[in-house]
Formats: sequence, structure tokens, C-alpha cells
Amino acid sequence: MALLEFTDKGIYCPQGDFYIDAWRPVPKVVITHAHSDHARAGSGSYLCHRLTKPLLQLRLGAEGSYETMEWGEPVFINGIRVSLHPAGHIIGSSQVRIEYQGEVWVVSGDYKTEDDGLSGAFEAVKCNVFITESTFGLPIYSWLPQPELFTTIRDWVSRNEAEGKTSVLIAYSLGKAQRLLSCLEPVTEKIFVHGAIWNVHQTLTDAGITLPAVERVLPDMPKDIFRGRVVIAPPSAEASPWMRRFNPYAIGICSGWMQVRGNIRRRNADAGFALSDHADWKGLIDAVTATGAEKVFVTHGFQATMARYLNEKGIWAAEIKTEYGEDEEGGGAAIEEEVAVAEKEAKRGASFDEKVPHSENEPQPGEHAQ
Amino acid sequence: MRLFAELVVKLGTSTKTNDKLDALTRYFGMAADTDKVWVIALFSGRRPKRTVNSTQLREWCIAAAGLPPWLFEESYHTVGDLAETIALLLPESQPQESTTEEAGLSWYLQQLIALGKAEETVKKDFILDCWHQMNKEERFVFNKLITGGFRIGISQKTIVNALAKTAGVDAAIIAHRISGDWDPATTAFAALLGGEGEDLSRPYPFYLAYPLEEDLTSLGDPDEWQGEWKWDGIRGEIIKRKGQFFVWSRGEELMTDRLPEYGNFNDLLPDGTVLDGEIIGLTPAPGHNDQPFLPLPFAALQTRIGRKNVTKKHLSEVPVGFIAYDLLEYEGADWRGKPLSERRACLQQIITAASHPLLVLSPLLSFTRWEQLTTARTQSREKGSEGIMLKRKCSTYQVGRRRGDWWKWKIDPLVIDAVMVYAQKGHGRRSNLYTDYTFAVRQGDQLLTFTKAYSGLTDKELAEVDAFVRRNSIEKFGPVRTVKPELVFEIAFEGIAASARHKSGVALRFPRINRWRKDKRPDEIDTIEDLRKMLQLYGK
Repeated sequence: MALLEFTDKGIYCPQGDFYIDAWRPVPKVVITHAHSDHARAGSGSYLCHRLTKPLLQLRLGAEGSYETMEWGEPVFINGIRVSLHPAGHIIGSSQVRIEYQGEVWVVSGDYKTEDDGLSGAFEAVKCNVFITESTFGLPIYSWLPQPELFTTIRDWVSRNEAEGKTSVLIAYSLGKAQRLLSCLEPVTEKIFVHGAIWNVHQTLTDAGITLPAVERVLPDMPKDIFRGRVVIAPPSAEASPWMRRFNPYAIGICSGWMQVRGNIRRRNADAGFALSDHADWKGLIDAVTATGAEKVFVTHGFQATMARYLNEKGIWAAEIKTEYGEDEEGGGAAIEEEVAVAEKEAKRGASFDEKVPHSENEPQPGEHAQ
Repeated sequence: MRLFAELVVKLGTSTKTNDKLDALTRYFGMAADTDKVWVIALFSGRRPKRTVNSTQLREWCIAAAGLPPWLFEESYHTVGDLAETIALLLPESQPQESTTEEAGLSWYLQQLIALGKAEETVKKDFILDCWHQMNKEERFVFNKLITGGFRIGISQKTIVNALAKTAGVDAAIIAHRISGDWDPATTAFAALLGGEGEDLSRPYPFYLAYPLEEDLTSLGDPDEWQGEWKWDGIRGEIIKRKGQFFVWSRGEELMTDRLPEYGNFNDLLPDGTVLDGEIIGLTPAPGHNDQPFLPLPFAALQTRIGRKNVTKKHLSEVPVGFIAYDLLEYEGADWRGKPLSERRACLQQIITAASHPLLVLSPLLSFTRWEQLTTARTQSREKGSEGIMLKRKCSTYQVGRRRGDWWKWKIDPLVIDAVMVYAQKGHGRRSNLYTDYTFAVRQGDQLLTFTKAYSGLTDKELAEVDAFVRRNSIEKFGPVRTVKPELVFEIAFEGIAASARHKSGVALRFPRINRWRKDKRPDEIDTIEDLRKMLQLYGK
């Protein structure tokens, strides 16, 4: 019996009788990170990193059963040794290492190998079998080091400011939005954020994470306070009426897909920044090699390409179909979801933005920021 | 080169015409004159002859990047652009400040042209050396210069407007001056814009019509309008000046050598004449005074037009003629400001006097009431035309696409319901999205592919189909995925012809997706018999 099996509900450990990142409701699931394609509602109990818990509560509801772990501190489930290790993808994101009778498998979830200063530095975990993502599994994806990319973004913001334009940066609300804050803090007095990003921000600061201050965009704000400033918004806001208040503005999309010109043009953006929370090609290959794994299963992304490449390099690899990769950077399917989410959020946005300008229960801007 | 690379990046990402115009104007204000001339040339489709082929570029890039060739191909199909793929795959460079700053666009182009007769190793050394010194954006632009096809999202109109602003000259005059047969390697910027020097071949910019969307009656009095068939060939201009003869296509391509039939026109036309009309395959039908010719379908013209060497067989099988419909220059004078009725009368005399079976006059449709024209339009397909052109009799000949005086009123396309069976990733702004599809109709209990179509869906629909393809692909053949035959689309096309090259036996003219038939199941699509019936009715 293999230590892990790929089932129609997700990755399953028969010996331990638990799932990892199941996409259907199951009794017991270990979660790598809080993005919606890896953490779905309806399961019996969730086991995750301490910093993932508040995010799961925000997204899946506060009522569920959540147990937490720290990196490198094992627990035993039916004799299986389970431990979490930093994946460097977003805050709390973890690789799941499982060990039984001397055999070690690692499920990486989503990961990036560059340390973003926020998510914890990716740790290469030695194992027999490694399950890797492949979102950007083509050699055309090669990221600039974060400091260089941040300089490019800051220059763009400053240029917009000089032209009297608002800079609207499109970034996924959990992960990249927080990453951008330290980039933007030195060049702007105030960073405005969309409600969706505000919610994540509050959750993280409540959990004790230190983040630069942000201000939530509220419907009754006079339009001219945005002039020359920076706004961070999720992809769903991109083509919605919510954007009108920032006129005149320039849109910059932060996503690994922006590496290719056609994608920037397709999105009708003024600028595209290839800023990703996933490993680039070199990162993926280096990570796989560093595990020393004799077997590699490649999931969501360019599975076939990466599996073939690894096989040619003498590492046994096979592609696995999963239902991951439908978050913001998950490629084609993601766009469809984005459209659906955008429609939903446009409706929801209209209600909380225009009808309930000040919710008494919600913390006011700046309160929780240090 | 950096300045030009920045311009291309800016033009590629600007979403507003005004921003593009500003970027161009700024560039024209800063760049060297020799570079400006090349920019005008490149953006108006005058690229230098290829001296390094794409196979060589591929090989050198694969070697430099240390990749297996199949991985290069995978990357290319995702990026959808060879120049960009190479720019992305090459290892990081260490640009040396001095050299790239100094070498401008024209320097690189002159070097590339000079490589024409060089040994392959010389070419390779030069290209690798350039790549080595350039950043990613410069590499992309440099590769584009080599591979050609500089489509970077600006219209010729925008360039013309930017130049007009820079030079302080009227846009229509600029449009005329930058057309024609000039060599960017030897033409000075001032001479080009100042209209210095005589270019006998210089064509006039075409006047183009918008589709008629309103009701015919909105045009007012039928007496004020002239109706003609809209021919399905290639728009062209015939020029005879000082005994020299030129034929231009709408794509500003000089076609004189490809149309030997037109050789005699030079002797028959008076000097200082420019005609606007349709380059089209046709069979003369002498004796039929109202229309002394029969047009051939576009598919026939296609067998001729790509060929540089035309044999006797080609000439007899598909004779190409010219259906003249306007007179732009007469006795060396620009007639574009005169009313159409006057131009037409003179044109008629010229064509009659020339008396050549392949140089014919576009027949006028006689009508006094709009209903008569509506009836005539229903016969378009039988006439071998794709609809009707409406031109105001008092109209002048304008520049570019304009509303008001000229309208095209095309017939409704033919349609057929088909199922998608293959998908491939697109290019440009459709990169990494499955947007290029192959469709099939039913043949018994089998499916038979009969056409590809690339356009007609909205971005949202494309994303939906893309997601479907990713989840329902069955097999992979290189870049092509076979897809579960489930999605039904209505395919529209302008014409149908018999074809020995296609498995289905038919070739369609301008196929595109008309709409997504979500209401239809794959077993409800049309059959090969339906296509054959259309071929019998409309294919000649």
C-alpha cells in the first residue's frame, strides 16, 4: 500500500486515514495553506499551521474544528508521523511531511523558493517521494529577485503620482496583497485597500503578524483623497464599477502570468509585474532536486512538461490530475472563476459599499495596525 | 535601441489611443532621424528582407539556454511569439552600458541587412553578441526586427497622426507621403515627410467604407446614391505615370510582377492615371454589355496571388482582371476632390477607350427605390459578389475608413452547426489560452473535420472554452489537444469552394464562430451532406 493515494476527493493517506488538501468534504484533512483551491469548506476536522487557522476561520467559518501545529513539530496520526515545514508561498503555508516505517513523502502544496520576508523561507525536506506543483513549470518563467521587482513597482507608482494618477495594483487578497505592503510603504504615505484585502489584513494583524498600516476604501470617501495614491485591489475588482472613484488611474497587475506580454494586453492593464507566490522554473527544478526524492508526482500547472523534463534528467516523475490551481494564478480555469467571483463581488461590493458605509462592529482604519 | 524598445513596450501596453499617440510623438521628438525613418517603415509594414531564418534563431537560443528542443517548442506554444519566447529563454545578460546606448535602431537594421550574404558563423556570432549585450525588452525588439511581423497594437492612422503632429503637416498629406515604394535605408527623414523627390509609384491612401447598420431609408433620397456589387477580390490601385506602371494592393504591397495580365494595361491607359478597383480572378464574357465578365471565387485568386512565378497554366486557369470603380488621378492631376459622378464618367471613358477584356468597369445597379436594391442584394451570391456598395454620387474620395458617404452592405453569411474537436493555444493577447479551434460535422456516426476558426467569441466565452479544453482534453499531439466533442458552435462563412486539400472536400472563405450553441447537443450538429449541398448551391 502506498503511503499516499490520489483519489477523486484529494490526496489520501490510507494508513493514517486522513486527507491532504481534499477538494470534497472528508472527515479529517491536513491543510497546506488557506487558498480556496487547497482549503475547502465542509470537512470534519482541519489540521494546519498556527497562522493558517485564523485564515481558515475567516474563509471557511469560525465554527469548524481546527487543530494547529508549528513547523517541524511532529504529531502522530494512527502511527503516521506528520510534520509541517515552511513552503514560502503565503503566510502559514506549509509542506506536509509524512513518515511511516522509514518511508518519507512530502506534499508541497504551493510553494516558492525565494524568501519574501513574510511567509517563512522555503525549506527543502529530504524525502523518498515528492509531490510538487507546476503552476509555472516552463523555463520562460524566471522571476526577477524581489528587491529588483519592488524597485520597478515603486518607480511605476512614483511616475503615476507625478502624473496625478492613482496607482491601482491588482493582487490576490491573501498573499500578494500583504507582500506588496513592504514594497509600497517607502514611497507612499497611505496605502488604500479593497474590503476583501482589509478583511485578510485585520485577521493577520489580530493573529499577531506585523504589517504596514493600510486604509480601507470606503464609499463616502471624497474622490480626491485617492489622487496620486496607491490602492491594492483583488482581481475581481479590476473591471468593476468600484474602480471609477479612482479616476484618473493606472492599473498594474501583479501576477506571474504577466511574464508574457500577451497576458498584459489581454487584461488591458497599463502595466504587468511578474510577481508571483509560486516558484519559477528554476525554483521548481531546484526544489525537486534538493529533496533527493527518487519519485516525483507533478500536480496542477504544466504537469506533463515538468514530468517529462524530470524523467529525461533521470528522476522518475508522473503527472497527476488534481483540482488545485484554480486560485488567482491557476491559469485558464482561474480566469473563469475570476469572472464569476467578480460578478459576485460586484453585487456584494455594492451592498456593503453603498448601503452600509460604516459598520460599527468592524475595526476602523489603523486601529490594529502598528 | 533602448529608446525604441521602450517605445514598443509602451505601445504594447497602452490601452488608450491617446497614450500611444503621446508615446510616438515623444519618440519622434527624441530619436535620431535615421531611426525615425525606420520606425515609420516598420510600422507601415516595410520590413527588411529576412537575413537570419527562424530555424537558426531557434537553434542558437536552444544551445545558449541549454534546453531540450521539445521544451523550447512547448514554451513557444505557450508564449505564442517566437521573438518573445527567445527573449524569455535566453540566460540573463550583463548589459554593458556603453555599446547598447550608442547603437541605434538603424545601426542594427543596417547590420542585419548586411548579414544577407554572410556565412552562417558570422551571422551566429553577431546575433549571439547582440543578445549578450541586451536586456529582455531589447532582445524582444531585436528578435522582432529579424522575424518581422511588427504587429504591436497601433494602427497606421496613429503613426500618421503622430507624424502630422511632429511635422506640423496635415495628416492626409502625411498618409500620402509615407505610402509608396521608398527604401528606409536610403531615404532621409526630412525628404520623406517634406515630400521631396518624386516617387512615381506612390499610391493614394484608400477610402474605406463602414458597414451599413441603419435602415437603407436613413440614407435619404435614392437618387443621390450609386449602387455597385461588392466584389470579393483584393482591393488594388493601378498607377501609370511617365510611362511606368505599378499595381498596389490594399496591404501596400507592390504586386506589379505577380500580375502579368496587367502588362498590356500600360499601353492602353493614358499617362498620369490612377485607378481604384478590385484585383480579382475573372472570365471575360464579351457581348454582355451590362457586365462583360464573370468573377471567379476568392479561392481561385488565392491560388495565384502568393506566386512570384506565374506559369501559362496559371494564367489560363485563373486569369486575373481588374474591376475599376474609381479614378483618383487623371492627366497627372489629383482628382480625389471632385465628386464621384464626375470621376465615374471620366473612368468610364478611360475603360471604354482601353478596351481590354480583363480591364472592366464595375457595373452600376439601377434602382429608383430602395426596395429594388434590397431585392438586388438577395442575388449577390449568384453574381459572385459579397453584397452591395453604396456611394454618394457627390462624394469626394477621402482618406481611410470614414462614415457618411460610402457604405458596404454585405449579405448575411452562410452558417453551419459544428462541434469542436481540436484546440490549440493562441498568439499575442491570446497567449497561453486555448483559442484556436478545429470543428467537425457529422458523417454517418463519425465526425469529419472541415474548418478552423479563431474569432467570434468574447473574452469571457474564450475563458470558458479554455477551461473546458483543459479539463476535457483526450490526447496531445504537439501543441494540439483533441477535445471531448461536446461544445457546439454555429460557424459562419462567406463562401464555399471544392478543395482536394481538405479531408472534407470543401474550403470555406473567412470562417468564424457566429455564436456558441449551448442549446444544442453534439448529436444535433449538421452533416457533411449539408455542407455538400451548400457547395452545390454556392461553390463554383
